[in-house]
Amino acid sequence: MESNELNSPETNIPPELQGQVAITSLDRLYNWGRSASVWPLMFGLACCAIEMICAAASRFDIARFGMEIMRPSPRQSDLMIISGTVTKKMIPIIVRLYNQMPEPKYVLAMGACASGGGPFKEGYNVVSGVDKFIPVDVYVPGCPPTPQALLNGLMKIQEKIRSEPIKTARWYQKGPDMAEIPVPILGPDLIDPRNITLFPNGERN
Amino acid sequence: MSDMYGKGILKGLSVSLKRFIETYLDDLSWWGKRYHTDAGIAHRGSKDARGIFTVQYPEEKIPTPEEFRFVPFLVYDEGPNGEKALRCTSCGICTKVCPPQCIWIVRATDPATGRPIPDPAKFHIDADICMNCGLCAEFCPFDAIKMDHDYELASFHRNVFDETRLSKPASYYASIRPANAAREDAARAAKAASRMVQSE
Amino acid sequence: MVIPAPAQFADLTARFPEVLKPDTRPGYAGWILDQAALLEFASALRDEFGYDYLSSVTAVDYLAENKMEVVYHVYKTTGGSGVVFKIQVPRSDPIEVPSLVSIYPGAELQEREAWDLFGIKFTGHPDLRRIFMWEGFAGHPMRKDWHEPYFEEEAKPLKSRWPDGKIVMAESKNLYGDNISYPEGFSPGNQTFDPEKALYEALRNYQKDEIGLDTDHIIVNMGPQHPSTHGVFRVAVVLDGEKIVNLKPVMGYLHRNHEKIGERNTFIMNMPYTDRLDYLSSMSNNFGYALAVEKLMNVKPTERAEYIRVMMAEMTRIANHLMAIGALLNDLGAYFTPMLYALEERELLLDIFEAVAGSRMMCNYFRFGGVARDLPEGTLQMIKGLFFERLPRKIDEIDRFLSENEIIRSRGIGQGVLSAEDAIKYSAAGPLLRASGIPYDVRRAEPYSIYDRFEFDVVVRTNGDIYDRLMVRFDEIRQSIRIVQQAVKQLPDGPVMALKPMYQVRVPPGEAYGRVEGPKGELGFYVISNGKPTPWRYHVRAPSFINLTAFGPICIGQKIADVVAVLGSIDIVLGEVDR
Repeated sequence: MESNELNSPETNIPPELQGQVAITSLDRLYNWGRSASVWPLMFGLACCAIEMICAAASRFDIARFGMEIMRPSPRQSDLMIISGTVTKKMIPIIVRLYNQMPEPKYVLAMGACASGGGPFKEGYNVVSGVDKFIPVDVYVPGCPPTPQALLNGLMKIQEKIRSEPIKTARWYQKGPDMAEIPVPILGPDLIDPRNITLFPNGERN
Repeated sequence: MSDMYGKGILKGLSVSLKRFIETYLDDLSWWGKRYHTDAGIAHRGSKDARGIFTVQYPEEKIPTPEEFRFVPFLVYDEGPNGEKALRCTSCGICTKVCPPQCIWIVRATDPATGRPIPDPAKFHIDADICMNCGLCAEFCPFDAIKMDHDYELASFHRNVFDETRLSKPASYYASIRPANAAREDAARAAKAASRMVQSE
Repeated sequence: MVIPAPAQFADLTARFPEVLKPDTRPGYAGWILDQAALLEFASALRDEFGYDYLSSVTAVDYLAENKMEVVYHVYKTTGGSGVVFKIQVPRSDPIEVPSLVSIYPGAELQEREAWDLFGIKFTGHPDLRRIFMWEGFAGHPMRKDWHEPYFEEEAKPLKSRWPDGKIVMAESKNLYGDNISYPEGFSPGNQTFDPEKALYEALRNYQKDEIGLDTDHIIVNMGPQHPSTHGVFRVAVVLDGEKIVNLKPVMGYLHRNHEKIGERNTFIMNMPYTDRLDYLSSMSNNFGYALAVEKLMNVKPTERAEYIRVMMAEMTRIANHLMAIGALLNDLGAYFTPMLYALEERELLLDIFEAVAGSRMMCNYFRFGGVARDLPEGTLQMIKGLFFERLPRKIDEIDRFLSENEIIRSRGIGQGVLSAEDAIKYSAAGPLLRASGIPYDVRRAEPYSIYDRFEFDVVVRTNGDIYDRLMVRFDEIRQSIRIVQQAVKQLPDGPVMALKPMYQVRVPPGEAYGRVEGPKGELGFYVISNGKPTPWRYHVRAPSFINLTAFGPICIGQKIADVVAVLGSIDIVLGEVDR
């Protein structure tokens, strides 16, 4: 980040000190640090995962964004890149992984399939968008998005991180953590425990 | 096993070392022009590339080739007074050929007679279903729907594009796909000329 | 290719005069076999006639005639055209067909697929469980009378899109707001079964070692979220200490219903969907599908298009093998550095695809009768530069970088061995088969397109271990470079499309099996047309999927750490495994 970006715009620095002194707020410094060390979950689903690997490789190099440390464990990661088609058989695992991630956590829906079901939307084993189950922060259209389009989406995540002040961000407040998302069940079709009330003769007490 | 244990590893490491040195040699031979210049970016994506290979998006961008396709857009011709005339006639061929069926078109009707007129009243593309296959652009008989080069579409919400979001001027189309636009313009002009001759 | 004349099968018909009838439906070929004679016929075919390689098993649902058909494609590993034979059974419940696993073990996963998607019970199958959907899923989705929750119409284009296409999301039309439906009377309260139970029962079913200590065996699940399963693949293993005593691949986590969607699409619409099968090598997928449909349409692509097709398919092979080499090295522990070297060359190839076809990965470049567009200006120069100057040098560099490395040699040589007999038995294809010493390559065994005009060697290695599979890929890259070099030199001028571009092609009724040598092995498309704009049956013989049949047998007896190495050396892509 350039020093003028880190500088708090509300503070006027005398002209003779410009370029030598940077005044910033704790928020900005803190979020700058956070946004420059987002660790994604090493987790590929489908075609988009290959473009994600390309984005991590030498030509696009997400190390420049501090994101090269892809953690295979959800416990150590901040960002979940949903890179591909989410199927009904896979969604319980994705929800479980999401629940295991510590807060603050972000989700990037990479590509059409993860965002809205994509070309496979009508398929009987396809979830029409991962946002049906877990909250998505950034949507990246494209099928698949090129690595540059993914980097563009990752910059949006950074933008979002920078706009979260410590004072008001939910996860720094007192109170319980975010409620876990109920893990979908595989029945005759996918069962979302949150939708039990929708069943015409559902009697789950 | 090779004759000396570790020889294979050393041989491999020498490849890495060579790459490391080449980066600096290449940097030197470009006199600082290797980065942030069009020629430098083109060099790094060419057969002569050696050493470090990274393109520093977002400061540098890999040039998109003419045929590159991303989510489609609608082409409009600009009139002399700046009015926008969409080329689309709402014939529906793009909806019929779209593999994931992500295009929705409402045909406009003449308010006076109620008959359909060749104009779309509504045109929606669900960018989160679109598979960027380019079949709509390939089979559009009016050169009205084309594949865009703009891939920086990441947003904080789901992307369903309507006709205002989709429309882009013909000059933009000519700027991203000069060869295709010139060829299609020539074909259209020839067709119009032959129609003139016939009507006379 | 289907059999042209029954001449070569005179003996076959003479041998089975009662049960074997030629398939006389217009556009169809092959034989219809009485199911009672299936096992006898198949073993005669294998042992007496030399058709030792079962390429594809699939089912077709003829709803109107109220029958199901199981279609077998069998070939000789020495080359030549194959035999197609079919079994017809009434569409009653249950539908039962004898299993061929005892004669062709390569049928194992394919029969499970047919059971899962069509509900055909293969009697005598050792482990008939659902494969893509989970145990307990309602219905067999590929049956023609089974409709998915978002079902709108039998065939595309959907009428709701035009001329008054008020945009409505499919989910807002569904009661549950998601892509789900339940059988009548179902309520989540009585959901008691465990979808995993059948898997664990199958896992426990193995030959126990009677001698030695009586130790507990543990079950370990790898995946579906695991860094070295190449996607969402799951491996369930039973371990005795570190030794694997049983292994079951579990798939379906990326089952995207290609075939169901493909039977609703028009013929041209399937082309971009094939890109997403094996998403590392979309051009080969296009090639296979185009060949199958062209066979049905009886169209021949133009000369220039043929050359461009071959060039693109070979470039795809190189890109795929580079990725495979990088990924295998990742799995062996050389995390990411070899991948970076491999991906660098792959990026340059993708640049060519992007310039020619418009997309790095999803090329959608082939059309029936040619290719979508001619090579744009300057791309031939790019190809020449890459293939005459850079790639040969760089491949040698990567080879030098890796193949003498002691760690790779000690983890690869003699590990994960698949013998030649087993490779044929399990219908292994591509580098997996050729590393075991079988020189079987569809480009030579049954040349398609214009492969008979090029000089290249069928790469073979004989040990069948992990290291040989890696080396086969290096050698194949070199052969592909040779082919592209020849194609560039011979590239003729002329049109690239034999037909007028049409958004709806007329495909006469009939069946066709188009197969190409994809980077991962024999990729086949079995397409049936009934004269309508959409195919009646669209089946993909996916090499990665069928290569996994051999995965368990290779691994049993190995150590747990070798599972990832073996998997990496088979080189699967989940888009193709699960489809």
